[in-house]
Amino acid sequence: MSEPADRAPKQDEPILEVRELTVHHGQLRALDHISLRVFPGEVYAIIGANGAGKSTLLRTIAGLHQPTEGSIRYDGQDVTRIRPERRAISGIVMVPEGRRLFGSLTVEENLQVGATYARKGPWTIERVYELFSWMKDRRAQRTEQLSGGEQQAVAIGRALVANPRVLMLDELSLGLAPVVVQRIYGMLPQILATGLTVLLVEQDVSQALRVASHLQCLLEGRTTLQGTPSEVTPEQVEVAYFGLRSPGGPGGTEGGEPPVSGVGLGGVVPSEEAR
Amino acid sequence: MVWVNDVIQGILIGGLYALFACGLSLMFGVMKVINLAHGDLAIIGGYIAVGVIAVTHIPVLWSFVIVVPLMAVLGYVLQRTVIQAALDRSILTTLLVTFGLSVVIENALLEFVNANSHSLGVNDAIITSSFSIGSQISIAYLLLLIFVVAVVVLTGLQYFLSRSRYGRMIRAVADDREAAQLSGIDYRHVFGIAAAIAFATVALGGIAYGMYSQFSPTTGTDTILLFAFAAVVIGGLGSLWGTLVGGVVLGVSQAIGAQISGSDEFLAGYIVFLAVLVLRPQGLIARRGTA
Repeated sequence: MSEPADRAPKQDEPILEVRELTVHHGQLRALDHISLRVFPGEVYAIIGANGAGKSTLLRTIAGLHQPTEGSIRYDGQDVTRIRPERRAISGIVMVPEGRRLFGSLTVEENLQVGATYARKGPWTIERVYELFSWMKDRRAQRTEQLSGGEQQAVAIGRALVANPRVLMLDELSLGLAPVVVQRIYGMLPQILATGLTVLLVEQDVSQALRVASHLQCLLEGRTTLQGTPSEVTPEQVEVAYFGLRSPGGPGGTEGGEPPVSGVGLGGVVPSEEAR
Repeated sequence: MVWVNDVIQGILIGGLYALFACGLSLMFGVMKVINLAHGDLAIIGGYIAVGVIAVTHIPVLWSFVIVVPLMAVLGYVLQRTVIQAALDRSILTTLLVTFGLSVVIENALLEFVNANSHSLGVNDAIITSSFSIGSQISIAYLLLLIFVVAVVVLTGLQYFLSRSRYGRMIRAVADDREAAQLSGIDYRHVFGIAAAIAFATVALGGIAYGMYSQFSPTTGTDTILLFAFAAVVIGGLGSLWGTLVGGVVLGVSQAIGAQISGSDEFLAGYIVFLAVLVLRPQGLIARRGTA
């Protein structure tokens, strides 16, 4: 496998493409015909309230849930039925919600586990220690003894050492102080500079708007809004996020994309809400 | 001096119990499987040793060279097929499945081997000879050897788990199987490795038991599994060295019980087992990680 040479956004071929994905948790339909296309070098942010299906979407892309309908294509291959560990090895790596570190292992061992089946690439354990300068001195500590923000950093490091092509970040800000969240998101440019693509899920909309090159809002398992951060207005985001139907305003829970110029990004997103 | 001798004998037999227990503890620690067929697997190891010695005429002490790898392969295969299929349904299903496995093994042995007792290498000098310290203390070379083997096995296992790449993967999977998958680890393969190790250790236990005493198809459930359980619980679930501590405590209580009254040998062991369950349910050595 070759490294993605350039990371200019919006190349012809998406590195990750989700088509009409529907996922059920038992009887509950968690995702309802969700589609998205992520291009190399992008920071693709998925926002939405609790229970909107954001985490389910990432977990399904990682292979931890099986969809009832739809497909996931990665690097031109259909990976919908591929086991999660194979997807990770091929370069789709997720930092799971709640960090999910190996609690009885040390910081360094967590990173070593992450690097077990690493692809070739720029990220090594040493490089992670350079990115998070405190980490090397505390590499022999168990991760249980770290603060939440430090644990999140280790979780990111564990994903990076696998040299992902698509790095999925699930709710990095969860349970962390705003200043810690700022610091972690502040690392994003350095991570992106190594040529990977980021697909992130975030409840904190302002944070997502700050870092994203493309935005997609979910509500009750459906897409309610998408576009670049400059294309969407705060009012649209509010409507799409909470599902409020302001009279005369654009959007709404059932209405698909709001009829605002530029938001549709003609051709980038295949027919939303097609059922 | 009689009591000192009892304690020494109890400590040494604790090594045998640790060999029974460490595989049980490992499988529980890594995949949360309580393997009710564990004792029967030790007996299978014993019977394989009987067969191997009959066919190849290798010395009994070297039979492990063949038996242990065979049992490790059996462990991997059983884990990847029957036990994993049960795990995919629920943890409770593994209890039923391993219980079923235990019944099947016992009856298959009765069917194909018969109910007579077997033992290993009854005429070997190493098995029958002992040395004395003073007039009261007599130590069998075999028991000393078994104890040393147990310590070597536990040390090796500890080293493997804490230092090797596979050991690290086993600990990671034990902590969080899903997170391990996200790092590219096939946890089912790792489970297979852990089961292979568990079966290998219990095979050693089976061979050791065959030399120390005699076994029949039912010995697995009526003796070995119970001792293994007692040792694991006394020592602390999931703690590797705890199984040695548990085995030694069990062995010493049995030896002292036997000294008080010949019929109280096992009762004394189980009273201690119960006492630990009531007073210190986490075991004497509290669990620290999985190792």
